[in-house]
Formats: sequence, C-alpha cells, structure tokens
Amino acid sequence: MPQYLLLIYGDPADAPGPEQQEAQMAKWMSYTDELAQSGALKGGNALEAIDTATTVRVRDDETIVSDGPFAETKEILGGYYLIDVPDLDAALGWAAKMPNIAYGSVEVRPVWEIPEPPAQA
Amino acid sequence: MGDPGAAGAGVSRASTAAAEAAFRDERAAVLATLIRQLGDFQLAEDALQDAFAAAIVAWERDGVPERPGAWITVTARRRAIDRLRRDRVLGDRVQRLRALAEREGEAGDVPAEEPSSVADDRLRLIFTCCHPALAMQARVALTLRSLGGLSTGEIARAFLVAEPAMAQRLVRAKRKIAVARIPYRVPPDEELSDRLAGVLAVVYLVFNEGWSASRGDRLVRGELCAEAIRLGRLLCRLMPDDPEVAGLLALMLLHDSRREARVDEHGELVTLDDQDRSRWDRGRIREGERLLDGALRRRRPGPYQLQAAIAALHATAATSQETDHIQIAALYEALARHAPSPVIDVNRAVALGRAGRVDAGLAILGPLLAGPTLARYAPLHAARADLLQRAGDAAGAARAYGVAAACTENAVARAQRRSRAVAAQPPRATGEPSAETM
Repeated sequence: MPQYLLLIYGDPADAPGPEQQEAQMAKWMSYTDELAQSGALKGGNALEAIDTATTVRVRDDETIVSDGPFAETKEILGGYYLIDVPDLDAALGWAAKMPNIAYGSVEVRPVWEIPEPPAQA
Repeated sequence: MGDPGAAGAGVSRASTAAAEAAFRDERAAVLATLIRQLGDFQLAEDALQDAFAAAIVAWERDGVPERPGAWITVTARRRAIDRLRRDRVLGDRVQRLRALAEREGEAGDVPAEEPSSVADDRLRLIFTCCHPALAMQARVALTLRSLGGLSTGEIARAFLVAEPAMAQRLVRAKRKIAVARIPYRVPPDEELSDRLAGVLAVVYLVFNEGWSASRGDRLVRGELCAEAIRLGRLLCRLMPDDPEVAGLLALMLLHDSRREARVDEHGELVTLDDQDRSRWDRGRIREGERLLDGALRRRRPGPYQLQAAIAALHATAATSQETDHIQIAALYEALARHAPSPVIDVNRAVALGRAGRVDAGLAILGPLLAGPTLARYAPLHAARADLLQRAGDAAGAARAYGVAAACTENAVARAQRRSRAVAAQPPRATGEPSAETM
C-alpha cells in the first residue's frame, strides 16, 4: 500500500491557549489511537519549537550551519505522521480529521516508492 | 485524438476517416475503460494512440469491424501489454502484466463487460479528472482532453496558453494522479454531493470561458461552450437523478440559445435588451425548459437550477419590458442564500431596478461600493450607472459608466461601456441603458 507523510503545519500564534492545552492534547492522543487502531499508522512525532531548529548546508566543501530555518513563514512544521492507506482520498480523510486542522494545515505527500530492480521477464 | 498525418502511405482515406470517426465517438468511453483496466492514465492514452495507428492499417485490410469501440479497447489493451513488456522502469510491471494477461484470457476478442460498467468508467474518469487535489486549471484541461473532443493544441488555444505549456500541465496532472494515487472511482455517498459540485463547477467554468471570450478569440473559444454542453449531456445521461446536473445543462442551453443574437455583424456584443429575439434558438430554449421543469419537480433546488430558472425567465419573455424582473430578483435572492457572492448581489440590484425598484437596488449596491475589495469590479459600477440612469441622475450615470469602462478587462465589453458612457452624458441621455445581467 502507498505511504503518505502528513506534514502538520500551523502558526503557533493560532494554537489554543494554555487553558485548552490539556483538552487539545487529549484530542491528539485519541487521533493517534484511532490511526493506530485502523492499522494505518506507521510512525509520527511532534517536533520541538522552530526556535530550536538548526539548518545545515554544504557549499564548496564548506559546511554552513545557521540558526533556525531559512524561510520566513508563519506556518511552521510542527510534527508529522507516516501512514499507510490505499489511496489519496483515504490520506486526505485522515488529514481532514487532524486536531489542528481548523487553524493549521496538513500537507499530504506520497512517499517515493523505490522501483524494484528490473525483473527477469 | 491521434495525429491523422501519422497514417502510413498507401492507406486509403476511407479507412483513415472511419478510424477517425470511431475514435472521435468512442475515445472517451474506451479511454475510461482502459484506465480502469490498466490502472495508469498515461499508459492508457499511449496505448489508445497505438490502437489508432493499428486501426488505420487493419481496417484498410479487413474492413471496419462491427463494433469499433470493442476492437479499439482490445487492441489498445494488447498494445499496453507490449508497452509494459518493453518498459524496464515500472517496478510493478510483472504484477500488472499478470493481471492483464488474466483479463485477456477471460475476455477473448470481445470485452465481456456490461454496458453499465462502461458508463461507470466514464463517471470514474470525470470524477478523477475533477479531483480537488488537482489544480483547477489542470482539472479543466484534463476533463476537456479526456472526455471532450478537443486536442491539446485546441485546449491550449482556447485558454490562451502555449501548446507545450498545456501539454506540460496535462502530463503533470496525470503524473500526480499516478504518484499520489488519486483513486479511480465514483466517490462514496457521503462525499458524492461535494465532489459532484466540483465536477459541475469544472463544466460550468469551461462554458463561461467560452461564453465570455472577447472578440479576437471568440471563434476558437466558442468551441468551449459546445464542449461544456456535450459534457453536461454526458453527465445527465450518467447521473439522471441529480437535479443540479440537469439544472446545469438547462442553464447552459438557455444561455447558449442567445449565441447568435448576442453579437452583431461587427462582432460587437449586443445586450439582452437589444437582442433580436427572433434569432434566439427556440429548440435550445425548449430543451432547457424541459430539463429545468424535470429538475424542479424533484424539489431539491440548488444554484444551477436557480440560475437556469432566471435564464428561463429571460428566454421566454416576449420582450425585455415584459420580463418578470420581480421574480428574477427573488431568484437572485434565493441564489445568494445558496452561494453568497457580490456578483449575485449586483445582478439582483439590476433586476430590482428594472422592476422599477431603483432605491432597493441602490441600497444593495451601497455596501458593495463602500468595501475595498470590489472597487475595481466593473459590473458593479455598470450596475450603479444603470440604476442612477433610471433614477434620472444622468451625470452620475455617466461618471459610473466611466469608472466601469476604466476597470473592465474584456475588450468587447469595454468598447461597449465606453460608448454607453458617451450616450449617457447629458443632455443626450434619453436612451434606455441596461447592463447585460447574465
């Protein structure tokens, strides 16, 4: 079955306030449980805040390390799930149920399937 | 469809013509079935192309088969197997070859499939081409290419895009369908109404693109209206129970009934009021009305049925003065409840003005004019001009027409609004200006 990476984006400013954090966390837990029970869940994690990120590049054999991500966008990657479902509609269905979907967004990316070596026909 | 120039030398025109006709008539249905059987959009198209070349040669030799569609389907499937055997890149080709070989074994020379499954294939194809995961432009191009009768070059010209860019757009869309695994199916019931609305939006966009064409490209883009109506008819056959499907076809037919009358001999747009109603296509009007009546009886109104009802009131009025503008304004109000839009509000205001309720019309335009988003929206200013003119404020009307002319993009409409701005200037302002509301 094809795998999809659900990349969870959001502007931290839009996230629920501290008083709702517990309720929101419960929603993530139950969402993850539901994914697991359906057999679709292959992996997933929440990520630490964007200000803990470091970006690495190598240019002309020189390694350039810089603080933070390069792009200046409000919506930042906050976490991901790796899922295994029959088709895009199924993946989009899971994305639409993401607990942050009302204020953030989810990018659904098919995982590249490495072609098998040429078979002996 | 295939390049007729590809026919080999020594092949008669007759067999080429027969193949071309068969492919024109059967292409969408055969392609739809092939995509399901092959599970690959691009492979299906390539195999169909191969089958076209094979048909020209084989039909010359053996005569045109009794069932050209079945012949093409079987031939294309065999060509697809050949292509899969040659292709060393596809990782799952062994699996796919096995599935296809099984199908060959069971089907023999004639596909053992029910006609209903072929109809289902075309519905699958429509829903796949109009999948919301594809960009709108890609949905439109893919629908026209796969289900319509237009070549890539024709679609490119109709949308004022270079042909290589359009070809690229189609390739990218097909690649996304394959790689992201957009399913080839009619959506389940719980998603059907949303997804069908998306399909209807694509068809109506095609129609509007052809309908609103400016002078220079009217001829080429007029084909888009014909294609949209063809697609509308196909959808009506495939989904006979959905009133919005019938509503959309009715709407397009009712608009299209005015095709001949809306442009004068110089290529200028003629407003609804000034059109020669004897040039309206009565057959289209009758068909549109019949479809609309059938749809309305199902008592599930929607935006297309409401718009078709408005178009029907225009189409069946003996003169523009006798048009039931009160009823039209009420229908626009109902439409705004379904799909709120400033465009609808503007049209409702114009209808109220024509029904003699100028103040009510201007009251609707007030908030739209105050907002920043519509400041450059030409029809808003044209509508205001029309209402001011009716209110006896000729100078205000002239100014508003001037604003409308300044912001309009369409060359034909611009020329017309300018000439109206001149006509509306005092003291010559005696005419009955009107906005073409539809």
